[in-house]
Amino acid sequence: MMNDAIFTKQRLINLGIIITAIWFTWYAQNTLDEYTVRIINNVAIFIILAVSYNLINGVTGQFSLEPNGFVAIGAYVVAILTVDAEGMLYQYDIEDPSAWVLAMQAEFIWALLLAGIISALLALSLSFPVFRVRGDYLAIVTLGFGFIIRILAINSPSITNGSLGINDIPEYSNYLYWTMGAAIITVVAILNIIYSKYGRAMKAVRDDEDAATAMGVDTFKIKTLAFSTSAFFEGIGGGLLAALLTSISPDLFTFFLTFQLLIIIVLGGLGSTTGAILGTIFVMAGLEWMRFLDEPISFMGIETEGTPGMRMVVFSLILILVMLFAREGLMGKKELKDLFKKKKANK
Amino acid sequence: MDILIFMQQMVNGFSLGSMYALIAIGYTMVYGVLRLINFAHGDIMMVGAFLGYTFMVVFALPFPVAVLLSVTLSALLGMLMDKIAYKPLREAPKISLLITAIGISFFLENAFTVFVGGVPRAFPVPEYMENIFNVAGVTFSTSSITVPIVTLGLLLGILYVLYKTKYGMAIRALSFDIKTVNLMGIDGNTIIALVFALGSGLAAVGGLFWAVNYPSVEPMMGVLVGLKAFAAAVVGGIGSVTGAVLGGFIIGFTEVVVIAFWPEMGGYKDAFAFVFLILVLLFKPTGIMGEDLEKSRF
Amino acid sequence: MILEVCNVTKKFGGVTAIKDTSFHVNLKEIYGLIGPNGAGKTTMFNIITGNYEPTAGSVKFHGQRIDGIKPYKIVHRGIARTFQNIRLFKSMTVLDNVLIGFDYQATYTYFEAILRLPRFFKEERRVRERAFEIMEVLGIAEFADELATSLSYGSQRKVEIARALAANPQLLLLDEPAAGMNPQETHELAELFFKIRDEFDVTILLIEHDMKFVNKLCDRVMVLDYGKTIFEGDIKDAIKNEEVIKAYLGDFKHA
Repeated sequence: MMNDAIFTKQRLINLGIIITAIWFTWYAQNTLDEYTVRIINNVAIFIILAVSYNLINGVTGQFSLEPNGFVAIGAYVVAILTVDAEGMLYQYDIEDPSAWVLAMQAEFIWALLLAGIISALLALSLSFPVFRVRGDYLAIVTLGFGFIIRILAINSPSITNGSLGINDIPEYSNYLYWTMGAAIITVVAILNIIYSKYGRAMKAVRDDEDAATAMGVDTFKIKTLAFSTSAFFEGIGGGLLAALLTSISPDLFTFFLTFQLLIIIVLGGLGSTTGAILGTIFVMAGLEWMRFLDEPISFMGIETEGTPGMRMVVFSLILILVMLFAREGLMGKKELKDLFKKKKANK
Repeated sequence: MDILIFMQQMVNGFSLGSMYALIAIGYTMVYGVLRLINFAHGDIMMVGAFLGYTFMVVFALPFPVAVLLSVTLSALLGMLMDKIAYKPLREAPKISLLITAIGISFFLENAFTVFVGGVPRAFPVPEYMENIFNVAGVTFSTSSITVPIVTLGLLLGILYVLYKTKYGMAIRALSFDIKTVNLMGIDGNTIIALVFALGSGLAAVGGLFWAVNYPSVEPMMGVLVGLKAFAAAVVGGIGSVTGAVLGGFIIGFTEVVVIAFWPEMGGYKDAFAFVFLILVLLFKPTGIMGEDLEKSRF
Repeated sequence: MILEVCNVTKKFGGVTAIKDTSFHVNLKEIYGLIGPNGAGKTTMFNIITGNYEPTAGSVKFHGQRIDGIKPYKIVHRGIARTFQNIRLFKSMTVLDNVLIGFDYQATYTYFEAILRLPRFFKEERRVRERAFEIMEVLGIAEFADELATSLSYGSQRKVEIARALAANPQLLLLDEPAAGMNPQETHELAELFFKIRDEFDVTILLIEHDMKFVNKLCDRVMVLDYGKTIFEGDIKDAIKNEEVIKAYLGDFKHA
């Protein structure tokens, strides 16, 4: 039956992509230099963040500014759970770490999962006031949420060591397997959601919420699912980030992080997971490349002072221009497979 | 609790609340007509303060003149923002508008950081604003009296415009239904521009007052204040100007009074607005003035 | 009686959109709500579907009150609708649009979807088969993978109807289904509705302006005029009723 053919062919292609990605991870971890590997680690983590941010923002169409909050939570959960008691007592300078913080220790894998789960639970509790109401409050609430998390991190030195942050977070060798592995799992999970009744319902909510309701979709439940799922993976991304950087502080999780992710998913195409992946690579490369704007330039014997913040000015202009003139970004709402499908229909 | 200290805190609370109120009005009006949360609105407050600074420090103009010029220019900036970035997106999905608004906000903050520098500058507060006098043991500065009075005056002014003038009626009609206004023979876009002008002008006043009370200006000063002001607008009832003012006062008072009673909560001061926001959304989403936006009124 | 509307009044602020209106629809009937624009027909629909709550009165479905129940739950009970201005999901294909209607009937959980457990495949297969069945009856199966909004107007209407049928309703609410159609298309549509009623075992309640269409299709009608009922009963009697003729000044001449 025609349905079966769709499933099998899709499955084969997906399997092929996953195998390629795994091979690439092995290749990179063993052959490329440290600097490149570090960049790939970074990109992998941002892919996780972008692809999950895209779920609530792009696929479900609910404008949210949550990433920096949940990334912070994930990072701190992993940091607290993986730095041992001795390390904490040594580091925590403002106040002594509280007893339960010292007691909480876990293996990286469990810490990571907990990071995701805690973020998801928090998202769930935020969902009740926000999605119950018809309104655009999600953005403001999540914006405020990000602020509050930072405030809490700074003002709870017995838990988080305040503005000093937490250092000496344990590293892991062959970290690329962790980050790429998590990235692959995230992308597969998100795509599985999108190509299911839940994903269809999310898109329906995005396209026309009233019509979705009229077709029996429980829009509150769908939005909550999307939001919590995004939070889950963002928490995990945060945890991975903590172990990559080995050192975190509240200043790492400002609104700029969310803004970066927003640009990424917009440029890639709001609603497209493939777009989010491409956007991540594109923007991270772009940010690196644009570093020169922030630094002093020597050009033809003329020296200009570096202007910190110029990168951000350029970035915000790019965002505005894309919104005005190229709203669909790179992929629009399509995934890679849709590009091929179109060709076949035209035959 | 000492009654004098309490009175003192009331005065401070009024002052702070007024500034939040002024900025909240702009948020609520734009949301009322466009259903848009103008993220860049808080940054207009910053621009207003910086303009005032420039006029007074660079051009050595007297305070009242600087205020007038800043407010006018800010109003124009608001209209410009609408014309360049929001108007072209009138028919676009809402999320595009919100993203653009964030983009503009971020742009303003960073452009000012790049061109003016992130280091806070001292705002030249005119002497007469700093005059302190004592009434029955409570200290007032001129500014702590002027600010609430001016705010209430402006509020009454806006209400007058909204309820007693043709343009005001058009604004209120617009918050019901955009298409109707066009049918009435008034250009909806002109009205929207007017709303932006009014809201931005008020935000600039708020920014200038802020600079007078907390005399330092820096590019990020509008961020947190803007967030709280929007929370104030929601708490008071989004779409209602009176509600915005009420919400502003509530949040302003709470910040001042709670810190006075429990100074150890100082670090959490900025969280209160957010807590209020969540509470309102949980228990009375339409806010204090409680109009369902489906039949909204200012 | 599958649907019973009892003494429903609906006020918006100071405006009374519907005043003390009652009617009932019998099983497997085709019932028409007719009246000039602004007479309150779509409002009545919105009350039945749960989007509005009546200011007074009640709505009963299979004898049970449904006023005050959330719209998406009313769909689960067996009432589905289409819209006057077609509201298809713009970013989705025809098939996906139709599948939305089925989705509350597919029984796999979120985790089963993420992990692609067997039940996911079983249920997806099942709903897709059903979707194609419906699309075939409506003649749009060939467009399954096309973007829904790229179809012709008439076909889009059919997609909307298919989507509503996917929700497995016992009562189908159609808001001006013949709008924008020429006489030939209207005739075909009427035939289609008879077919749908029989094949899918549904009762149909529709809002319409086109009197010829109504006369051909409906068993009974209710004529509204500014929120008030001016006639309720058999279509044959409706077209002879003086008040109705007055309100429709000659529209019935063409019936």
